[in-house]
Amino acid sequence: MSSDTILHGHSDVVTSHDVHLDEHGAHHHKETFITKYIFSQDHKMISKQFLITGMIWAIIGGLMSVIFRLQLGYPDTTFPILEDIFGKWAPGGKISPDFYYALVTMHGTIMVFFVLTGGLSGTFANFLVPLQIGARDMAAPFLNMLSYWAFFTASIIMISSLFLTAGPASGGWTVYPPLSALGDATDGSKAGMDFWIVAMVFFVVSSLLGGLNYITTILNMRTKGMSMVRMPLTIWALLFTAILGVLSFPVLLSGLILLLFDRHAGTSFYLSDIFIASTQKALPNEGGSAILFQHLFWFLGHPEVYIIILPTMGLVSEVMAVNSRKPIFGYRAMVGSLFAICILSLLVWAHHMFVTGMNPFLGSVFTLLTLLIAVPSAIKVFNWLTTLWKGNLRFTPGMLFSIGFVSMFISGGLTGIFLGNSTLDIHLHDTYFNIAHFHLVMGVAAFFGMFAGVYHWFPKMYGRYMNNTMGYIHFWVTMIGAYLIFWPMHYEGLAGMPRRYMDYSNWVSFRQFEDLNRFISTVAIVVFAVQLMFVFNFFYSIFKGRRVTTQNPWGATTLEWTTPIRPGHGNWVSEIPEVHRWAYDYGKDGREFISQAEPVGSNESSGH
Amino acid sequence: MLPSIEVKENVSEQRQKIHPHKFTMWIAIGSITMMFAGLTSAYIVKRQQPGWISFEIPRMFWLSTTAMLASSLAVQMALKAFKDRHIKSYKNLILLTAVLGMVFIILQILGFQQIWKTGLTFSGAGAAQFLYAIAGLHVLHVFGGVITMLVMFLKSLRKTSRSYNSVPIEVASTYWHFVDALWVYLFIFFLVIH
Ligand code: HEM
Ligand SMILES: [Cu+2]
Repeated sequence: MSSDTILHGHSDVVTSHDVHLDEHGAHHHKETFITKYIFSQDHKMISKQFLITGMIWAIIGGLMSVIFRLQLGYPDTTFPILEDIFGKWAPGGKISPDFYYALVTMHGTIMVFFVLTGGLSGTFANFLVPLQIGARDMAAPFLNMLSYWAFFTASIIMISSLFLTAGPASGGWTVYPPLSALGDATDGSKAGMDFWIVAMVFFVVSSLLGGLNYITTILNMRTKGMSMVRMPLTIWALLFTAILGVLSFPVLLSGLILLLFDRHAGTSFYLSDIFIASTQKALPNEGGSAILFQHLFWFLGHPEVYIIILPTMGLVSEVMAVNSRKPIFGYRAMVGSLFAICILSLLVWAHHMFVTGMNPFLGSVFTLLTLLIAVPSAIKVFNWLTTLWKGNLRFTPGMLFSIGFVSMFISGGLTGIFLGNSTLDIHLHDTYFNIAHFHLVMGVAAFFGMFAGVYHWFPKMYGRYMNNTMGYIHFWVTMIGAYLIFWPMHYEGLAGMPRRYMDYSNWVSFRQFEDLNRFISTVAIVVFAVQLMFVFNFFYSIFKGRRVTTQNPWGATTLEWTTPIRPGHGNWVSEIPEVHRWAYDYGKDGREFISQAEPVGSNESSGH
Repeated sequence: MLPSIEVKENVSEQRQKIHPHKFTMWIAIGSITMMFAGLTSAYIVKRQQPGWISFEIPRMFWLSTTAMLASSLAVQMALKAFKDRHIKSYKNLILLTAVLGMVFIILQILGFQQIWKTGLTFSGAGAAQFLYAIAGLHVLHVFGGVITMLVMFLKSLRKTSRSYNSVPIEVASTYWHFVDALWVYLFIFFLVIH
């Protein structure tokens, strides 16, 4: 039971009639271990590779937050064990400032890019696109494989940067110059920063290769009858995500290339009038603009947050419709709002730069555009709630996480409206209010969407179920814990407590938060432990989970559930089914659900 | 399990208007365009800052532009020759394309040197530094095209397994025309705004 089982599920099968269980009915390729599990071109295997790599990253990124939360919660306490593990980074059992900044930087980088972008889109776009549109694989399986290996390379480089003598990049996940442009500025501006840039270049290549494939596959390889308006919302969401990625990641690349020039060629794109304390030298660089980098960064950075949330919106819509046994409410409005979000998200990046001294008129333009995003966001929330309304709710762990997603998205979205006002933002910028906003609306919400997806599609991935009891514990502890952690941060932020400091005890005005910070840290540790239980549940269930015995365990309408329980490369054994209806015929004409592959009956009431 | 076999299988089963590989190339082109759009808008923003120094467009760039345009013609003729099954002239033309691509790269580098000699090196934050970064990145894209053309040339030398599938050369020529057009855009951009 090696990676064989981990990645592909068991090949020993349970018999039941009417269900094709054979893995390789149609395709008898010669597969070796290497082509099947490592350099696989099967989209399902690549999806699992992304998922498991993403999980490893999430554990690392989560662990980092536990370490810096220890510092924030117990700034006066020493933890000798930290010195045993991290040596000079934690002298006397107290983490050093350099290490603190490295931790928060890497935590952000890892979570935003490696878990919630690479891990999330990589897993679900790969898994669901061919299965739900009725294709045997991606348009270019080879490029798809390269996409994973570029991600893997990026991961290895980023991980290695943790072991450099000077440590990894530490100027924040947004790598603003001058810290990121001047090797002499801090330890974290040295080789670690180069590793960061190179890793991100591979990362961008990976997401471009993936995105190209997803778009092409969705637009060109749908099965007969699968018109665009019959696509499940997951596919729409993944399509818009890929389009956003393909349009905005290259701009980040431009920014990073200029940054590399500044670092190593002596240009001054971002640098001007600088005196470095550590070397006591004034630099010759003149005429550069650090704000230019912020523009290039946030032109990606803002769409990036939607690259993270759009796929989970799709996953949640799907899981929610299936488990409400009702059609999704307002399908067209859902697609339209995804589209609106996609367009608007390209036009609001400067709301991250309200306090850079921008022209107040420009600020108000960006305020307007930013607040406009609240409209499609609210439409989506409304439609989710109305989908739940009077539904026959089945509270599976996937469903609970979907509902939790909506709750988190509302809570975090509302604070976005505060931040989006350029005047309010003068007070709130770079405080814990901001931290609370984006962790709820993006961090926790996206994780919830991802969990919903994993619990829901696990049976399709591995032919087994995950353990429900652990699923429920996982949900409730995470849900309550996340609110306990992030809700209080709003108050800290309103009181003016800035982010990115490792010790607030010298501030008289923030002494009042001492107990609160300790409380937050304690809850964070508990929540982290529960995530480890999820990881345990995941791997345990791959081997020991309850077996799936029916083809369509959730009674869903979409095409992935018409494949064999453990589909081989090529997905369908015989013909790919033809599609005759939209993806949301639940509770129609007295029937619980009607598969998309079922022809429309002669006396069926009109639908889609 | 060869990738090409897999794709053909997929494709033949599904309805399709445009070959997925061609479509993929078009999106990739959109993506590369965004990268250069990012860089040229950075240039425009930066131009308004104090300390901006511009440069004289070197004569070499007119020559390199000519080479680039000629190479586009060559690749177009190569495509036609392939479709007409004139494999011999296809081979020659595709090699010519690669050679012209190399000539372009060399001329660009000579052009950079001309500017460099006027004292505009990497230090500073003016038009010349942007040119090195932007046109340098473009040269890398052309180099990628040259490698592709050489690979296709070598493949056409193999006597066995001759393929009459025109998709690869169509995709490659689309890319080639794109890097050509991209240079023309950049050239005009630098001519007009500096
Ligand atoms: C109702 C819609 C939203 C509005 C009006 C909004 C507004 C804002 C504003 C103005 C900021 C900048 C605050 C500052 O730096 O001072 C911000 C930060 C942020 N927002 Fe939102 N937001 C919204 C929804 C979202 C969503 C849906 C996500 C992610 C899925 C998100 C992720 C982020 C992140 C990651 C940051 C912080 C980045 C950083 O500084 O490190 N926001 N938001
Ligand atoms: Cu934003």
